[in-house]
Amino acid sequence: MTPRMTPLLAFDAVGKSFTLHLRGGTVLPVVSGATLAVHPGECVVLGGASGAGKSSLLKMAYGNYRCATGAIRVHDGTRVVDLATAAPREILGLRRTTLAYVSQFLRVIPRVGARAVVEAAGIEGGLTPEAARTRAGDLLARLDLPERLWALPPATFSGGEQQRVNIARGLIAARPILLMDEPTASLDARNRAVVVDLIAEKRAAGVGILGIFHDADIRAAVATRIVDVSTFRGARAA
Amino acid sequence: MTEPLLTVDGLTKSYGRRRACDRIGFTLDPGEVLAVVGESGSGKSTLLSLVAGEVAADAGSVAYRMRDGATRDLAALSAAERRALMRTDWGFVRQDSTQGLRMAVSAGGNVGERLMGIGERHYGRIRATALDWLARVEIAPDRIDDPPTRFSGGMRQRLQIARNLVTAPRLVLMDEPTSGLDVSVQARLLDTIRGLVAELGLAVIIVTHDLAVARLLSHRVLVMRGGRVIETGLTDQVLDDPQAAYTQLLVSSVLAA
Amino acid sequence: MNPQVTDTDTGGTGYNFAYLDEGTKRMIRRAILKAIAIPGYQVPFAAREMPMPYGWGTGGVQLTAAILGASDVLKVIDQGADDTTNAVSIRRFFTATAGVATTTRTARATVIQTRHRIPEAPLAEGQVLVYQVPIPEPLRFLEPRETETRELHALGEYGLMHVKLYEDIARHGHIATTYAYPVEVAGRYVMDPSPTPKFDNPKMDDCPALQLFGAGREKRIYAIPPYTRVRSLDFEDHPFRVQSFAHPCALCGAQGVYLDEVVLDDAGGRMFVCSDTDHCETRRADGHTGEAA
Repeated sequence: MTPRMTPLLAFDAVGKSFTLHLRGGTVLPVVSGATLAVHPGECVVLGGASGAGKSSLLKMAYGNYRCATGAIRVHDGTRVVDLATAAPREILGLRRTTLAYVSQFLRVIPRVGARAVVEAAGIEGGLTPEAARTRAGDLLARLDLPERLWALPPATFSGGEQQRVNIARGLIAARPILLMDEPTASLDARNRAVVVDLIAEKRAAGVGILGIFHDADIRAAVATRIVDVSTFRGARAA
Repeated sequence: MTEPLLTVDGLTKSYGRRRACDRIGFTLDPGEVLAVVGESGSGKSTLLSLVAGEVAADAGSVAYRMRDGATRDLAALSAAERRALMRTDWGFVRQDSTQGLRMAVSAGGNVGERLMGIGERHYGRIRATALDWLARVEIAPDRIDDPPTRFSGGMRQRLQIARNLVTAPRLVLMDEPTSGLDVSVQARLLDTIRGLVAELGLAVIIVTHDLAVARLLSHRVLVMRGGRVIETGLTDQVLDDPQAAYTQLLVSSVLAA
Repeated sequence: MNPQVTDTDTGGTGYNFAYLDEGTKRMIRRAILKAIAIPGYQVPFAAREMPMPYGWGTGGVQLTAAILGASDVLKVIDQGADDTTNAVSIRRFFTATAGVATTTRTARATVIQTRHRIPEAPLAEGQVLVYQVPIPEPLRFLEPRETETRELHALGEYGLMHVKLYEDIARHGHIATTYAYPVEVAGRYVMDPSPTPKFDNPKMDDCPALQLFGAGREKRIYAIPPYTRVRSLDFEDHPFRVQSFAHPCALCGAQGVYLDEVVLDDAGGRMFVCSDTDHCETRRADGHTGEAA
């Protein structure tokens, strides 16, 4: 990609540790000096052993975990916001306009049908209700979720079915930054291929992706760059 | 930046030597949902009563941006103005439905009361509006003439919501609206609240001891203990990455929320 | 005690004129003046124990005692009749303690104490109608807290009163309240007109006589000054209506008056006669007859 371009997402010497007050104040270091950038059209994959802090970095990028030191700069199209210091309302605003997130598990909303869950995410991301409905149907069809399930709440679905709803929900709106945490873990080969295609389409549309993909084949298929998170462990902020 | 809908500053209330609320401050934007969580005795319900002006604060202020755009200190409103505000632009859904409903009055009368309170004098219109609202909170139309004494706990809470929302308020206070209900009933009620809040763009302060309720409904959360705010921030941030020892205890004491 | 107040014994009865001492009468008169100044507003007063049980008109009796003068002519009715126990007892009470003249004729009376009716004959300037009131608070049915009802009155928040009417229509298809039908007085206070039939509500409006209401147990006095606008509450699509009767009075043939049902025998025989006995008798004396006469 073009390194001179303003990155969509940039970690600058980010440090994070957990203080476990219930265990006598034990400090659990997660990462320090984490520095990386995601540009439009890139798919940066976080590598490194389990427990290296990959998920934590992703959660910090979404504002879900706090950032203890350093800065996480998000370009929202007009200006740059540092998640480390942003007010809750600014982070909520970025989630509406800029940051999309596909988590490992679908957090289920009671009684809302699968298609409606996806639609609602599209409307929140700025689509018209009609466009959201059409796109939700398209995505669920591409992800091979049987149409008879669309009206049912995903709480009763299998793990793989839930995950496909989750992916559709994360991808429906056109947000410039996409964060993905093991989106393919519980999917079969056919659906993994669909996800690989969807990621390629997002990249082609200029979306910057930061993700975690354990499966080597998928990683090879989607990554434009792999950042080894273990190099951030114990490193001093530059 | 737009001015907040509600600005709470330094709210303090003591009962004897016990500080029920100690210098509490926050702002609330239109359409924003704030959860106040904590154990019983943390001061969260007192905070709600102070905000609603039902209990006089020892110190501090509550300011509200009125429909005309002017922000007013609620303590400076006349009793008539304050009551008019409470029954039109504010709602209050109580934990104990017998406190929030008129138990001797039919469901339709409960929903219609606020309309009659603002001068509606056409029975047919009142009834049509009541039917519409009962439908929105999923109460069957043939229950319109039943008093809430014949309703289940979940239905009573949904009736309270209809009764409060009928005048299109911009701010709704909710005090443990789902406590004491069966889990399945809770889920249904939460979904009703979630849908209406999003659809109507309501600002909500919801007091709850249930972190799952806070997670499902709120944008931001305020963790209280002993009358003080222990921690505040984005709901998922506070629940997933709690900083204060007390919040960590609170989060770790419940099943996955 | 105020030294200017001197009681006047009514020749040998041992009681002050009209039973109450002059200090009490002054206190009640002050409450009456305030009630007249604020039409429809319930003025608290220090109701006395009377030599009759609550529910027998202790509020009305205290009002009558406070306004009665030696030259007054008193009429007392209960459900429109002058000859029922309650009416007879109260009339005797004032004959004994005040020695005033009494009458059954509406037109001749200067003070009329009533339970449950307003006379059919139009009232005139200078007359005073005293109502016996059991529960003065019209909002009590829906709001038992006195602190709250006072605030509702103070702020003129009467939506709740319409909730009661709404409940009527929802339950019965029409406003089924036929007694104690709430009215708005002089465009301000909502008032319970005591358990008079709503048939009598229109008579309160723009009435030339002074109307006083006394609740003894609840210790409240309220008033409607002469020629005051009294409006019965209603809905646009369910306007206030009075009862109408299918038949005229069986005794005097009167129409457009309030009738009582009188059961004649065990075989279901019945007739409808004027509730206002004086009105009926006056008409019959003038030669009017109904089908049973």
